[in-house]
Amino acid sequence: MVEQSTRATDRPLPLPRANLLHLLEQMVLIRRFEEKTMEMLALNRIRGYCHWNIGEEASVVGAVTALTENDRLITSYRDHGFAIARGTPPETVMAELFGKEGGCAGGRGGSMHMVDIARGYFGGYGIVAGHLPLAAGLALAADYLGEDRAVLCAFGDGATNIGAFHESLNLSKLWHLPVVWLITNNQYGMGTSVHRASAEAELYKRACAYEMYSEQVDGMDVLSVYEATERLLRRAREDREPSLLETLTYRYPGHSYADAGKSYRTKEEIERWHQRDPIRLFQRYLEEHGILNQGEYDLVERRVSQKIEEAVKFAEESPFPSPDTLFKYLYAEEGTK
Amino acid sequence: MAEGTYRQALQQALREELIRDERVFLMGEEIGLFGGSYKITDGLLQEFGEKRVRDTPISEEGFLGAGIGAAMGGLRPVVEIMTINFILIAMDQIVNNAAKIRYMFGGAIGVPMVIRTPGGAGVGLTAQHSQSLEVWFASTPGLIVVAPSTPADAKGLLKASIRSNDPVLFYEHLMLYNDKGEIPDEDYVVPIGKAEIRRPGKDLTMISHSLMTQRSLKAAEELERNHGISAEVVDLRSLRPLDFDTIAASVRKTNHVLCIEEGWLSYGIGAEIAARVADECFDWLDAPVKRIGGAEVPMPYSKPLESAAMPSHERILEAAIRARRGS
Repeated sequence: MVEQSTRATDRPLPLPRANLLHLLEQMVLIRRFEEKTMEMLALNRIRGYCHWNIGEEASVVGAVTALTENDRLITSYRDHGFAIARGTPPETVMAELFGKEGGCAGGRGGSMHMVDIARGYFGGYGIVAGHLPLAAGLALAADYLGEDRAVLCAFGDGATNIGAFHESLNLSKLWHLPVVWLITNNQYGMGTSVHRASAEAELYKRACAYEMYSEQVDGMDVLSVYEATERLLRRAREDREPSLLETLTYRYPGHSYADAGKSYRTKEEIERWHQRDPIRLFQRYLEEHGILNQGEYDLVERRVSQKIEEAVKFAEESPFPSPDTLFKYLYAEEGTK
Repeated sequence: MAEGTYRQALQQALREELIRDERVFLMGEEIGLFGGSYKITDGLLQEFGEKRVRDTPISEEGFLGAGIGAAMGGLRPVVEIMTINFILIAMDQIVNNAAKIRYMFGGAIGVPMVIRTPGGAGVGLTAQHSQSLEVWFASTPGLIVVAPSTPADAKGLLKASIRSNDPVLFYEHLMLYNDKGEIPDEDYVVPIGKAEIRRPGKDLTMISHSLMTQRSLKAAEELERNHGISAEVVDLRSLRPLDFDTIAASVRKTNHVLCIEEGWLSYGIGAEIAARVADECFDWLDAPVKRIGGAEVPMPYSKPLESAAMPSHERILEAAIRARRGS
């Protein structure tokens, strides 16, 4: 399927140069950010889980960049990259991982619960497919209030075998809710491959049970993901039609910090996906179109590196929440919503 | 003030809140065209239309979670789960999402929604349709749990719940729906977190909620009449937050305590209250705290068995005498 998709390089430039470079820089930022979190984990600055988006940058950045300012995003726990792609400052994502007050959830959420309501990011959730009904509800609210926005709901391939997935797809089509369901199919739910978990391994086909439009795209090609998501979000906003989009991608590291990712995948398979590294693919595309040269790419890396150093510095310097605030945020205080 | 049923009181609250706030809408199985499985919402679809009164498929996890999302998106959903027995399917949404969203996102957003659901036994609905599971929610931080025992409270607490900025599990009782009482006509709101002394007394504090409060009141009348025991009946009304101040004040007065609940005793509401009374009111106790609750079996069908599994007012009476005697 990956081989069959149309390569971005066959098409004319779909976006202005600045936007293309922005896509690249966001992908590099997420890659380097995640690599830094591995380092910080080893140094015990970060505790608990860490589910990385490494390898999935094109799927994440392509989809999130297609959102308008008004649109809303909600995701699973593999969420660092989604927050960053939505524009959440990397320093507040890093500070969240450090468990600091300056984190985007005040250090209460950690790796799995990034959030940025002001930017329309309604959070990362730790129970597989548990947030899909919430996405339907966010879309319902937008519809109810007559708001010009759509909801993008991202989850992994592992989420498609649980009831909440089916219930949410059914409700969204039944009620014509403006939502795009995004399967980031990285081939494995933890260590169980799609083929060992799903009777229908072509996950996008499941939408047909709900008379819902769906398609599958090359998740290593940022432009394909962007183009499809943008089109489907427009359809959600304008026609009040939900849809299901599957991106075929791969996570290079293991499921989380405790998994090397090697017991259930062959070296050859991992190598094969590395051949289609989303950042290298897009870098090559930009070079072929004369948009980027090696020197300019190096500048991107340098800018990213600086941002990440600043993120770590911010996270280090941000204070830990005081134990006195243990019960803060459990219930609404007077005057809050 | 006019007399009406618990059912009518609930409908009044829903209707008034639908009129008061455009963001309030109802969602649930059979609440519209069918008129509601227990007719709480009968006629509201005709009055308010499909946007405000939304029928759902049999899809508890889906639509309850959609209620949470809608609340986060700026609405005030009132979701009906046909009975509390079906809520288990949506447990993940309530416990992992509704209860935790405000806290785990550092206060960035809340979930102002109400989950209305009836429970309880006594009408022959058997094991899978007769449970009192409200305590499960009452043990979960982040949720509010209320359980009215009278028509007036049904109205006042439901209105307070709809106006709450946090998720409320609103527990109704199947056997109270036809109970009659005075219902205030005006915009009547009962504050959440306040217990009510239903009957003052000086010899024994009887603590309960929902249907068991009505049975306790009946038992208390007989205690006074036939046994010379003056029992104070405390209606918890709100299980989380628990109004322990009212409980403690009563215990200091009567020095004897009986906790009555319909659900299973193990790890239950009475267990919580007994522990706190022992901890905080030990010096005021003249006898051990007693508890009475539902038999720890799946609810049987046959009437004599079902009756034997529930705290009847006669058994509450016996337990009250033992609690007063300390034996």
